[in-house]
Amino acid sequence: MAGGAEAARLSAEISRREQELRGLRERLAAVLAGGAAGDVAATEEGASAFPGELPPLPAQASLSTADILRYSRQLVLPELGVRGQLRLSRSSVLVVGCGGLGCPLAQYLAAAGVGRLGLVDHDVVETSNLHRQVLHGEARRGLPKAVSAAAALRLLNSTVQYVPYCCALSPRTALELVRQYDVVADCSDNVPTRYLVNDACVLAGKPLVSGSALRLEGQLVVYNYQGGPCYRCLFPKPPPPETVTNCADGGVLGVVPGIMGCIQALEVLKIASGMGSSFSQFMLMFDAREGRFRNIKLRPKKADCAVCGDNPSVTCLQDYEAFCGSSATDKCRTLHLLSSEDRVSVEEYKQLLDEQVPHVLLDVRPQVEVDICRLVHAVHIPLSKLEEKDEECLEYLEKRICEEKQRTNGQTYFPVYVVCKLGNDSQKAVRILQELPVKEFGSVSAKDIKGGLMAWASKIDPTFPQY
Amino acid sequence: MWVERRSSRVSDLSKLELSHGDIRSLLKWIKQNLLKERPELFMQGESVRPGILVLINDADWELMGELDYKLQDQDNVLFISTLHGG
Repeated sequence: MAGGAEAARLSAEISRREQELRGLRERLAAVLAGGAAGDVAATEEGASAFPGELPPLPAQASLSTADILRYSRQLVLPELGVRGQLRLSRSSVLVVGCGGLGCPLAQYLAAAGVGRLGLVDHDVVETSNLHRQVLHGEARRGLPKAVSAAAALRLLNSTVQYVPYCCALSPRTALELVRQYDVVADCSDNVPTRYLVNDACVLAGKPLVSGSALRLEGQLVVYNYQGGPCYRCLFPKPPPPETVTNCADGGVLGVVPGIMGCIQALEVLKIASGMGSSFSQFMLMFDAREGRFRNIKLRPKKADCAVCGDNPSVTCLQDYEAFCGSSATDKCRTLHLLSSEDRVSVEEYKQLLDEQVPHVLLDVRPQVEVDICRLVHAVHIPLSKLEEKDEECLEYLEKRICEEKQRTNGQTYFPVYVVCKLGNDSQKAVRILQELPVKEFGSVSAKDIKGGLMAWASKIDPTFPQY
Repeated sequence: MWVERRSSRVSDLSKLELSHGDIRSLLKWIKQNLLKERPELFMQGESVRPGILVLINDADWELMGELDYKLQDQDNVLFISTLHGG
């Protein structure tokens, strides 16, 4: 009983401190967003309403002494010069996404002296962002990324105006927002947002510098610029959602979006200063493994394009999540393949373990994830091997099931529990196991563990790593 | 999906025995010979699925006639999956 009282006291203490922490974070966000004079901040409180029309940037006729000193190393470039620098100072750039691409992009644009940077991101800073989203830091975990980015940039160049927008770009607000900026940089992480940004740029007549990165690869194209194609000219139909990989599932080496974001910044600067872009109707592909850049000649603007063609069918912004069949975030999808009797919760599995119920635990994650962390008693066969019905792997599984089964008194349906990271692949694996022909060891009863090892980590064993 | 097979070099185009020698028949050959599991990750109908860009000698296949392009010796055909992460 004493233990129960102590547990209650500790949980009360934890929730009190968490509340205190939330309060501190909110205050910090407000202070950071309130930053330098002249900034037009959209803090979390005002997140639902985008700030109205921004005042025009002051038309600077000449550079100040301070400007000349600060930008001297780029002013002496004949390609830029005073004219180009003044153009930059009169330019505004909307950065959609303050993540792996948006951080380095915004950093170089701020350093180079663009007039105004709009920073859009609905997300908050998390520990797993820090390896690539280099404007944020450990101290700003839990803060809105747009606010965190603005705070970091302000330390770098306080003469630039920063406008953080702590919400997702939506069909309702995108057009109004894009109209207020001269150039748009798509640094987003999902398909619906890419179509939304494209359509808004076409309807508002703004050039779009689009970057993307995954694993060890990056791509960059400039759309809707000087008669070139738009994103829809290239990709009239969205990809099937199950073929799209996000950074959490596929992984990404931080420096790869870093490199792509820097090249995006370069193209924005060239467009804003009047130099023009090298990537209208061209795609730059970067292969980090081979250290190779490829320049791909793309199709021209399509006369039959749904948004930028001669007879467009898209004349206002739509529901892009419905169009793409996926949500406008890069969070992992949750599959519902199996019915509830074919699934167990992590709590139920924990109880099975405690009661020493004979079973086989099958971990179907790729080897690289098993190397990160694993439950020691699990049998490991990656889903891909099950999908291709790899004989060696199936024999191994059979052997392990037979071994375990010998310890029981010949159950008809021997239980096999399948686990993966989040509980999606494990459902696919259960389906495969259920369809396998009955072998000499008899039938198995395959179930998956809901929420996978990440649920195990958050609900059962806090020392188990989350990734 | 091309993680394992990053590139395939064909020493003699005629060995593939493509019925028409065009991209359409190359895709058919790939589907029959290289795609063991889940061809829907690559194909849709007789063409590639949305989100895959086909490059012929580093140019968008749309510039070359798409499915009807007749393959030449030394041609470099590349299938790239568009990336969406950031």
